[in-house]
Parts: sequence; C-alpha cells; structure tokens
Amino acid sequence: MSEALLVQEAGAATTAAPASGASPFWQRLRTQRAVLVAAVVVALLVLIALGAPLLAAIEGQDPTTYHPKLVDSATGGVPLGSFGGISAEHWLGVEPLTGRDLFARVAYGARVSLGVALAATVAQVVIGVAVGLSAGLGNRYVDQALSRITDVMVALPVMVIALGVLTVVPASVPRPVLIAGVIGLVGWAGISKIVRAQTLSLKSRDHVAAARLSGWGGVQIARRELLPALAAPVITYSVLLFPADIVVEAALSFLGVGIKPPTPSWGQMLSDADTWYQAAPTYLLIPAALLFVTVFALTVLGEGVRTALDPRAASRLPIGTSRKKSGKKSGKKKEAGA
Amino acid sequence: MNRFLLRRFGGALFVLVALTVVVYAIFYVAPGNVAQIACGPRCSPAQVAQLSDKLHLGDPVYVQYAHFVQGIFAGRDYSGGTGTIHCGAPCLGISYQGDQQVTQLILAKLPATASLIVGAFVLWMLLGVGTGLLSVWRRGRPTERILTALTLAGMSTPVFVIGLLLIIVFCSTLQWLPFPDYVPFTQDPAEWGWNLLLPWVSLAVISAAPYARMTRASMLETLADDHVRTFRAYGVSERSLVWRHALRGALAPIIALAALDVGMMFGGAVLTESLFGIPGVGRQLVEAVKTVDLPVVVGLVLVTGFFVVLANAVADVLHAMADRRVVLS
Repeated sequence: MSEALLVQEAGAATTAAPASGASPFWQRLRTQRAVLVAAVVVALLVLIALGAPLLAAIEGQDPTTYHPKLVDSATGGVPLGSFGGISAEHWLGVEPLTGRDLFARVAYGARVSLGVALAATVAQVVIGVAVGLSAGLGNRYVDQALSRITDVMVALPVMVIALGVLTVVPASVPRPVLIAGVIGLVGWAGISKIVRAQTLSLKSRDHVAAARLSGWGGVQIARRELLPALAAPVITYSVLLFPADIVVEAALSFLGVGIKPPTPSWGQMLSDADTWYQAAPTYLLIPAALLFVTVFALTVLGEGVRTALDPRAASRLPIGTSRKKSGKKSGKKKEAGA
Repeated sequence: MNRFLLRRFGGALFVLVALTVVVYAIFYVAPGNVAQIACGPRCSPAQVAQLSDKLHLGDPVYVQYAHFVQGIFAGRDYSGGTGTIHCGAPCLGISYQGDQQVTQLILAKLPATASLIVGAFVLWMLLGVGTGLLSVWRRGRPTERILTALTLAGMSTPVFVIGLLLIIVFCSTLQWLPFPDYVPFTQDPAEWGWNLLLPWVSLAVISAAPYARMTRASMLETLADDHVRTFRAYGVSERSLVWRHALRGALAPIIALAALDVGMMFGGAVLTESLFGIPGVGRQLVEAVKTVDLPVVVGLVLVTGFFVVLANAVADVLHAMADRRVVLS
C-alpha cells in the first residue's frame, strides 16, 4: 500500500509540475532495472502484510496458538524436525519454547513493521511540511521561532527520546500508535528544514510574486504555488524516511520496549532468537533476512524515485562521471548520486 | 570569523536551554504520578509521599524547573529521611533505583562508550572514504556498481542484524573470537581491542555508507568542474586529479558529517552497546528505561542532547573553516 501511495503521489507531483512532466518521471523510473525488482519485492511484502489473516488461514494456523507438542521439552523447547520444524502445516517452522507458527507470526509482524513505519512517515511529513512552510512564509519572528524549535528537534535523538517516552506513558496506550507518534513528533526536523529552504527560494520567483500581488493569501499561495513545487524534494526525502522508520521500530522492539507480546514484530523476534540461534538458527535468520530485504528494497526504491524525480542529478551525473560514455548509464542505475 | 563563532555558539546555548525545557516538560510534567514512577514499582505509599516531598513535586512547575536548572549550574541538596545528600554541579538528579548521583553514573559509563566510538570511527572513515574513492577511481566499471550495491546494503542493515550474524559466525561457529566482554583499556589494552573488534566492525559497517556516498558525490562534482577540465586538458594525470583536487573538495562535508555522527553516537550507540554488552551510556539508558528510573533517563537524554548540540556547532565551525563562503551566508 505504501508503494502504491508513493507512486501515486509521485505521479501527481510530476503532473502538477509541468517542468518535469509525468512521462519523463516514469521513463526514468522504468529504465532502472534494480528499482523495478525492488518495487516488486516491496509490493509482495505489502501484500503479505495486508493479506496476513488470509495467508495464515490458507496455511491453517494463527500467530498466537501454542503447539507444545511440536517442541522438544527435553532440550528446553527446541522445535522438533529439521530446519526449525518446517513442514507442510508450518511453512516456516515453529517458534522455540512455545511452538507458535512462525509463518503466521512473520506475516503479522510485517503488518506491524510496515504499518508503524507508514504512520510514522506520514506524521513526520505532515508536521515537517507544515512547520517548514509556515517558517518560510511567515514574517521574521515566526521564522526565527520555528527555526529555533527545529534546531532543538534536531538535537533530540529519536531513539533516546522514544526509549524515554515509552517509560513514562502507561501501558494502556497501544504501543504501535505510541511508537509511530513518537517518531512522527520527534523526527520531522529534517523535512521542515528542506521545506523552509525551498520555500524561501521559491518565494522570490516571479509566479509566487505575481500570486502575492494579485492579492492571494498565504494559505492559497502555499497550496496553489508552493506545494506542487515542493512535492519532489519532499517525496525524495520521505521515501528514504520510511525504511529508516522500519529500523527504529524494529530496534525499539529488539530492545524490549517497543511492540509488546503477544503482538508479533520482527525486532522482538530477533531479540528472542538471540538465545536460540544455536539450537534453532532459522528462528533468527528468517526475521533477520526479512528485515534486511524489506529495508534494502525500500532503500533501492527510494533511491530510484529520487533519481527519477531529480532531473538535475539525472542529467548531471553522466557529465564527468566517466570519460567512457557507455559506462555511465549502468553506473547510474542504482545510484541517486550527488 | 569571530562574529560567526559567537553567533553559532550563542545559538547552541539557546538550543541547550530550550532542550532542558522540552525534556523537563516531557518527563516531569507528563501525566502520571511522577514520584511513583521515579521511585519504582516496589515503593510503598509512604515512601512515595516522602520522595514526592524530597523532589518538591508539590511545588508549581516553574519552581520545580528552577530547582532542576539550579542543580545543573550550582548543585542542590536533597533532604530525605536519611539526612541531606549534597549533589554538586552539574547535578542531574539522583537515581532512585541505585541511590546514586546521575552525573557520577553517566561519567562512569563514558569511557566504555568512548572506546566503542573511537575504534569504530577509525574503521568507518577508512571504509567509507575508501569505498567512495575507489568507486570514483573505477567509475563506469563493474567495481563501481558492486560498490554502489554494497553501500546501499550497508545502509539498509540494522546494526543488531549484522552484529548478531557476526557473533554467530565468529564467536559461535568458527570460534575465532571470544564472546565480546568489555575489558577497560587501562586494565589490558590487547584484550580491550580484541573484545571490541566485533562491535567496532558492526558499527563501522553500518556507519560507513553515508561517507562513501558523500565522498563519491562531491568528488564527482569537483571532477566535472571547469577548472578540472582545464587541468585535464593540460595533461594532469587522472590519479593526480582524483587525489589532489577532487578529494580535497570532499573533505569539508566529510568532516562536518563525522562531527555530527560522533556526537549522536555518544547517546545513540544504544543498540550496539546493548547487543554486545558494552557497559556504556547507551546500555545504561536501556537499563534505566527497563527499571523505570526516571532521573537517569532524563539525565541521559540531556547529556545526549548536549553532545549533539555541541557536535552541530563544531561541525558548522569546521565547515566554515574549510569553506569560507559559509561564514558569509
């Protein structure tokens, strides 16, 4: 879903900005093979996340039922059978100690990972754009005040604040919402800085000056003249925020303060698996591999969108990249460059 | 330059003051019984009341904040049931789990964190700048594509994934290295390095990627410049262009980024420290969070913020020293 949304937004952005146009964007995106592969992987992961209940039902399992008969109580709960108990009933085996179905837990874990990261990214972007626009358009004092607040937010490390806030807030607040909220409220400074800088430079352009002279208000100028031009840098930045947020959620859950059991999460599985890797290596390798593949695919996709959206990078990179003309394009494929 | 320095550090000071307000607001004014949270789950109502008294929680918020700030700059006294405890400046409060002063607690944890950062820093600079250099030098060839893919992979690997895999491979399967166990440098330098090898490598691998990209990007930018084209036309060798001209242009942003990263890591190496059991600032934070030790959490957040603000200011100044145009803008 995130991918569809991004692409949709990106498409809208480019149609709104006549300078780049919709088709060059798609063309530039399509010519990057690595990006296409990444997009397919992300789409698959999104499908797994959305269809988790359906997939678990097809498998005939659910993420919370204990299967004590599938683990060896003599060895302290090592799954019976090879590769962590992989079988026709349990596609990825079972969890050590409890015997819960690993595939169902991984699929439901995808929901948590992607869902929390998506919500967090949306919050970051909304707050960042709002603050950045207000700072860029407001008078001297508004700009000063908002810029100083942004400086303070830059100094607050997300992980540290999240750890602290998770201590104070009572357990009755659902953790996924809380984690997304904290990331969103603390991590918007980067976007806001970019938006402010862009707004300041756009403000002096003729079309914005013309809009102001014809009596438009700040909100109208922001919506009609600035936002379309801001779409490219904002999308570029936010597609890279998304994988970073996935890592933050996984890290918090890995440390044992994020998503609480019985809700499954990849980070939490990794931290449980820490003590089991000798007896049940698949229990560790599966969430580790999934986490890596997800973040990697999203990063590659993000870089691809960035290359496709930033005509400057696309056109500049070949100049001086190489004296050999043929080599340039292949080198550029996966690289956002500059 | 002096005016620039003054303005930059004045700004940093303001951010720090604002940071204390924000942190204070988040942790002390947040809903919930602060005395109960700070005291820990096992405290009796009488103990909670006593603590509430000791922390001056009955006072208005601004008075509490004034005491908090006073503690940082001038020290403060805590009068409890067992007599008065003096907490000298900079006083960040008293841990209610261990009855220790937060400032001392954090100072005791800094050497381990610094050990981790120093080694990792050397490794990631070599790795990052080296990768960037190599991909510029071999640009347009398969090497560059492989390096680009590796850089993206490095960016996408969470430190706890790579760390876990390294532990499994080198400590468990191959048994080449001992399971990491922190040994202070002053006790045995060889053991210190040997035990910190895996944490250094893990942290370096995930931190190097931005340096590789930045080195590559700014070197390519310089190589595309007109003056480099002129040099090339005059017959200056490609090696000299890359090493003497392009690399110099890349140094300023790299130094600025390094200052920021190091500052962040003084509080942000939470994951590496927890995974490898390094008794540093980050692991202290996780423990404080788990035992709901509020004064320690607040202290650590503030100290981390301090390092980040400091690093930001230092990065700006270094950047300005390397590139005079920054001062003018």
